[in-house]
Amino acid sequence: MDRPPAPIPIHPGAPRRMIRPWLRAVAVVAVVLALIAAACSGDRVDSSAEDLSGTTVTLLTHDSFYVSPETFEAFTLQTGIEVEQLASGDAGALVAQACLTAGEPLGDVLFGIDNTFLQRGLDCAMFDPYESPGLAGVPDHFELDPEHRVTPVDFGDVCLNYWVEAFGDSLPPPSSLDDLTDPAYAGMLVVQSPETSSPGLAFLLATIARYGDGWERYWAALRDNGVAVTAGWEDAYYGEFAAGGGDRPIVVSYASSPPAEVIYSDPPVDEPPTGVVTASCYRQIEFAGVLAGAGNPGGAAALIDFMLTETFQNDVPLNMFVFPVIESATLPPEFVAHAQIAEDPFMLEPAEVETQRNAWTDRWVEIVLR
Amino acid sequence: MPADRLLRGLAGALPVVAVGGFMALFFAWPIGGVIARGLGGTGPAAVLGDVLGSGSQRSVIWFTLWQAAVSTALTVAVALPAAGAMARLRFRGQRLVRALATVPFVLPTVVVAAAFEGLFDRFGLAGGGAVSLRHTVWAILMAHVFFNYAVVLRTVGAHWAALDARVEDQARVLGASRLEVFRRVVLPRLSPSIAAASAIVFLFSFTSFGVVLVLGGPTRATIETEIYRYAVVRLDLATAAGLAVVQLVAVVALVAVSNALERRRAVAEPVSSPAAAPRRRGPGLVANLGLMAVILGLPVAVLVERSLAAGRGGGYTLRNYTAMADRVNLLPDTALAALGNSLMFAAPAAALALAVGGAATLVVVRAGRGASRRIGRVFDIGLTLPLGTSAVTVGLGFLLVLNRPPIDIRTSLLVVPIAHAVVGIPFVVRTLVPMLRTVNPRTREAASVLGASPRRVRREVDLRVAARGVAVGAGFAFAVSLGEFGATSFIPRRPETLTAPLALFRLLGTPGEALRGQAMALAVALMALTAVAVFVMDLWGDTRRGVF
Repeated sequence: MDRPPAPIPIHPGAPRRMIRPWLRAVAVVAVVLALIAAACSGDRVDSSAEDLSGTTVTLLTHDSFYVSPETFEAFTLQTGIEVEQLASGDAGALVAQACLTAGEPLGDVLFGIDNTFLQRGLDCAMFDPYESPGLAGVPDHFELDPEHRVTPVDFGDVCLNYWVEAFGDSLPPPSSLDDLTDPAYAGMLVVQSPETSSPGLAFLLATIARYGDGWERYWAALRDNGVAVTAGWEDAYYGEFAAGGGDRPIVVSYASSPPAEVIYSDPPVDEPPTGVVTASCYRQIEFAGVLAGAGNPGGAAALIDFMLTETFQNDVPLNMFVFPVIESATLPPEFVAHAQIAEDPFMLEPAEVETQRNAWTDRWVEIVLR
Repeated sequence: MPADRLLRGLAGALPVVAVGGFMALFFAWPIGGVIARGLGGTGPAAVLGDVLGSGSQRSVIWFTLWQAAVSTALTVAVALPAAGAMARLRFRGQRLVRALATVPFVLPTVVVAAAFEGLFDRFGLAGGGAVSLRHTVWAILMAHVFFNYAVVLRTVGAHWAALDARVEDQARVLGASRLEVFRRVVLPRLSPSIAAASAIVFLFSFTSFGVVLVLGGPTRATIETEIYRYAVVRLDLATAAGLAVVQLVAVVALVAVSNALERRRAVAEPVSSPAAAPRRRGPGLVANLGLMAVILGLPVAVLVERSLAAGRGGGYTLRNYTAMADRVNLLPDTALAALGNSLMFAAPAAALALAVGGAATLVVVRAGRGASRRIGRVFDIGLTLPLGTSAVTVGLGFLLVLNRPPIDIRTSLLVVPIAHAVVGIPFVVRTLVPMLRTVNPRTREAASVLGASPRRVRREVDLRVAARGVAVGAGFAFAVSLGEFGATSFIPRRPETLTAPLALFRLLGTPGEALRGQAMALAVALMALTAVAVFVMDLWGDTRRGVF
């Protein structure tokens, strides 16, 4: 498990337009001009020698962010900078708020924007570029913004989970997305609506990455095979899924759900009651970025550097049930024993997700719910 | 003496300025800011045309209206007899029953939805059988009755108890049947508070979010859930603002009608003692208590049972409760500390709601003619609106406008209690206004003539009549703050200000039986805390209510 995850192939399904040579020339000139402009504008954050000791850096996060108090104490001890945390809403609400207050941010650093929302954050111009030296220890495939407006901090996979007891020799657990349309698995799956749920959206994106234009047919087949839909994760996992006494043994959840089932089991168990279908996973990478207009950009840069240290990265799994991005991080034993990292997770380009999202979810509603 | 008049005028203007300023700053301005920002791009006409022109939006608006109307009618029908029984009969444990009826109010909708689905399972209504309530509008309506029962029971009940019961006895002696007495003697005098309670229930159901999403299933949407979806998920602020305008217009229209009803039906009564000797028992008491036990008791019992269940091992234990004293990794603090924080927010929120709502009530009730009448009307409507406004609009509004010195309070500790108080104020106003309108102005005049100072008149006349109303309004404001999730989650907060509902969502958001058990225990603790607080406030209200 210490091995870094395999490189992620970005799904090639998006149609690649032929670009005319003259257009290409114009584009090259435009990019060069833009780079010059960016270099001159002085927006790039510089975390150099300036003494930041005694300053405070404000970190904006979603409600699910948490690290041990000792972790930020270590940062303060090293740099003399205090960390003030402000949490609100889910990732979507966090990005919406930061977008509305772009240029007049509530804090210096934002943590918790993931690849499904990334393009929206970039479009809002809410971040200033900052290239942390810590990126040297992060596999390249986690870096989705070549301009370094955001820095990858952790990742987690949204995957199908299954209830182990419900399967056996007569019927093995599903091993692929294809299996779910098999009548043998009829009436077993519960998913969340991509309109109201983040894992629900990730799972829809997984099917689009897998089947390309055929995703609509796939979902029509899932509907014929009796898929159930809930508004949110809690209702799916504790309402319909076997974990809460429901009668469906397959649910959209996370790759880190089985270790959570062991760590928070009651009574204690050695093996999780759930398993993960690793061929169904959609990768979610969480990023941090320096907010444009930050009052303490130097402190912000220092905090992002710190987020890529082992002190911070090792603390992430047990507090947020996500995986560290740096190669030198150590996973806790429960994760080593019970968490599976997909070798080949699905993923779509953030820009494609942002432009297509509403059309996809509208279409999904028509196919699955109407 | 002109100086004296000036002083008196100033004293009269003070509550108007204070209340008006508070509501303008913390409600009207943020809401206006969000709507202006959203409609600013393409212009209001285009956005509203799009919203009202779309068939799916129209059906969302229609569904929102009718489910709220039916929820209100059902709640009043079920809870009105109980309000009468509580007002006119005396029985052992009455105050406890009244306090317990309030507890659904603080329950997060996710938890209530889980309780209802648990009940459906147990009674074979979860699908598979002949009748399935899962993901139906019936499930939504049932949950709305569960949540709002106490509003009718307590608001109408407090007013009912303040009415002179001797008139009813006289009618009975003169040969009227029970039904006739109710229809011709009680109902006309009571209709202001029924209108007030109905307005609250309607607005609560109108802006219902979690109940609609979880119990209604993914195919149901209300204006409230659509505002969230457009503002947060799609970042389409224009459509969200268009929907917010539709929501606001509908709410203003409803409140204006309901307030007019409340005003027109108000009957001034002589301030007098209630029934000379209240009856100990009466027909219907057992039936009403039985109905309450089913409607309110069953879902609560499911939660209590789950909080005591020993995980997947079977059997019962107190482990989930003792676990609340230990911090789990996911949370910045223990569940117990989160309960403490909620209490620390709810107390000032309720006090603030009571101060602002109380001052506003005096302005509304005392409104004379001309400008003061218009101000009274505006306050009467304006202070009820927060109940019918989406938490997302308020939350985003706070961020957008309260961001420059001298009032950059976006990240201040005060934001949470202020936001909670804004939602609590309508309860105070809508409970107190109908009750104070029953005070005959001549009683106040008589007191003045006899030499009482204005302050003394307020204390000896108004407060005596309204004491139970003060307790009821404060109790609701307190409970609303304890249970508030939507606006709180939207406000950027320091981790150490974690509230109990936020902790509960976090516990339920990660797999693991131990977390789920602790979440259920936390929900039960939240209910117990509410019951105790409301019980104490009622005790105060009852002892203040003197007998003339």
